[in-house]
Amino acid sequence: MRQLPDGRFVDEAPYDPQASIQTLERRDLDAPNWVLIWRKFKTHRLGLVSGIFLLTAYLLLPFVGFFAPYTANERDEERLYAPPQAIHWFHEGEFVGPFVYPTTAEADLETFQWKFVPDTTRPMPLEFFCRAGSYRLAGLIETDMHLFCAPEGATIFILGSDRLGRDVFSRILYGAQLSLTVGLIGIAVSFSLGILLGSIAGYFGGTTDWIINRVIEILRSLPELPLWLALSAAVPSNWGPVAVFFIISIILGILDWPGLARSVRAKFLALREEEYVRAAEMMGATSGRVIRKHLLPNFMSHLIASATLSIPAMILGETALSFLGLGLRAPAVSWGVMLNDAQNLASIEIYPWTAIPMIPIIIVVLAFNFLGDGLRDSLDPYEH
Amino acid sequence: MEILRYAIYRFGTMLLTLLVASVLIFIIINLPPGDYLSNQIAELKASGQSAGVAKAEFLRREYSLDQPLWKQYMIWMGFMPGPHGFSGLIQGNYGWSFEFDRPVAEIVGDSLWLTVLVNFAAVMFVYAAALPLGVLAAARSRTWVDYTTAFIGYLGLATPNFLLALIMFYYGHKYFDLPIGGLMDPVYEGQPLSWDKMKSILIHLIVPTIVIGTSGASAMQQRLRANMLDELGKPYVETAIAKGLSPARMLAKYPLRVAFNPFVADIGNLLPSMVSGSVLVSVVLGLQTIGPTLLTALKTQDQFLSAFVLMFVALLTLVGTMISDILLVMLDPRIRYEGREA
Repeated sequence: MRQLPDGRFVDEAPYDPQASIQTLERRDLDAPNWVLIWRKFKTHRLGLVSGIFLLTAYLLLPFVGFFAPYTANERDEERLYAPPQAIHWFHEGEFVGPFVYPTTAEADLETFQWKFVPDTTRPMPLEFFCRAGSYRLAGLIETDMHLFCAPEGATIFILGSDRLGRDVFSRILYGAQLSLTVGLIGIAVSFSLGILLGSIAGYFGGTTDWIINRVIEILRSLPELPLWLALSAAVPSNWGPVAVFFIISIILGILDWPGLARSVRAKFLALREEEYVRAAEMMGATSGRVIRKHLLPNFMSHLIASATLSIPAMILGETALSFLGLGLRAPAVSWGVMLNDAQNLASIEIYPWTAIPMIPIIIVVLAFNFLGDGLRDSLDPYEH
Repeated sequence: MEILRYAIYRFGTMLLTLLVASVLIFIIINLPPGDYLSNQIAELKASGQSAGVAKAEFLRREYSLDQPLWKQYMIWMGFMPGPHGFSGLIQGNYGWSFEFDRPVAEIVGDSLWLTVLVNFAAVMFVYAAALPLGVLAAARSRTWVDYTTAFIGYLGLATPNFLLALIMFYYGHKYFDLPIGGLMDPVYEGQPLSWDKMKSILIHLIVPTIVIGTSGASAMQQRLRANMLDELGKPYVETAIAKGLSPARMLAKYPLRVAFNPFVADIGNLLPSMVSGSVLVSVVLGLQTIGPTLLTALKTQDQFLSAFVLMFVALLTLVGTMISDILLVMLDPRIRYEGREA
């Protein structure tokens, strides 16, 4: 501030007439869209936790062999339907570290079942970074290193063993590989079909729109599961597990796209009339380019959120199909295949632990739901 | 009369959809290579039993399985005369089950109306459970009532319903002495309808109804809660409270009526998944609906049987959706008659 000889005050700072226009009204909103979305998503506690959980789960999938004490189809013929074993820390009041008691099988002549009696005099500490059944890390590197395994002469069935004496815990981990990826492949199929058909219908309108719309309505009005069943019953029984896996995920995706296509179409109908679309068309952009570069990015995030919400349906679908024996088949391990063992009441009553795979299913489905809700809520960062 | 016109229009579209669905179903059923009889013929030839071959060949001609696929479809539907004149679905001939060696109509028999009954009960359960819970959750939003219903709702959505079936099945029997399996006491099977039979069926219906309806009820409850919350924020609600209306009366008088329409309409969207669920649950619980029949038919490639069951399931869903659409128009005359898309 300076006083001129005539008494006026003058600000010394250089005057910039643009300044008021250039300063930001809301500094907190000056960031790329994804930063804003992320910022809002972070406040959605449940969604964030679910997202982190799912991310970790998917990242660990290639390495499940390391965390599982047994391999997927390793059998202990002596211990069929062994109940879950506890991991103890203290033996007679003394700290020993994680250990298990070895069990011996005894025939119970009253119920005609095997009873597994722990020998509580001999604590056997678990082994860490030990060598047991060999597996392929990430499907490539063959190794036999496990995070922990049963000590010599004892077993470690944290969640019990099944009909053939296989470790339920290890199988849940291996099953996650198929059960979790089936949803991703299915959603990829349904996503591409839904976007393709939805955008064609919405962008071009007319007869194409009418036809696609009718197909969507018809498919949406039919019950999915019986059609899934019929389609998977058509899968030849001599196909290998990998082929069956892919075809099942494709089947799951093929009937799921109408919902997505419908919302894509509705968005396109609304956005088609926007000025920037007309501008792009005037400049000679092809329809494909307008759809891909100008229209789709507008609501890609919405599509991702709704896709997240429909992954659970696929996971449940796979489980249901495998449970009924029409999905993945025996050498393959998935949660549905495992639950196939728990199909009757007797096994639930006598061997309740064979139904444990339902817990990871419920958790994963819930996590996807929470994540999807969180994503959907945070997609409009400007809205309060 | 507008409504009547709409109902006729809606019935027409339903028939068209059913026609397309029948083509779809016929194609899916014929996807596996070969058919039941040609597989059987191959098997018989391999084991050198020529007597059976002749019979199978005869059946193949009898049911026109030697015709091209589109002709088979036309004959199956009854649009074209087969070896014995017009005799297809629209003439009331449901076909022949090769696996059971009996007409399809005889096999499905009672299970048709039991299927309708189970699904109807489930729909009623959805309404009965979702309505009070949704209103309560909205009226007491962000309190423990809201959170508890939301939690139960999420759990209901996330639990695969066949697992729920197993759990309910087990604990229902253990603690509430609910009967296990089936839709009626074996005593009443094949008997004419009587008071005791009705009672037996009702008791047997409890578990399946809850199991099939739970996920639908959760979805519905969440939807109703969201609709109610939208309405509760509006000025007229404030006016009503300011005028001294009791909360219960206020809720029932205004916001609930507005939130009710989407609630009714939504059953149309839920129905396909509920019918799906009922098929699965029936298999697990051993209900005498067409669910288990469908599974065996699909596994043994018994094509006429599985095609008929699929057609019936599709018909059930389509009729249900149609009824919900017509109801919606009757409830809310503002709805455009052309359909309910935006």
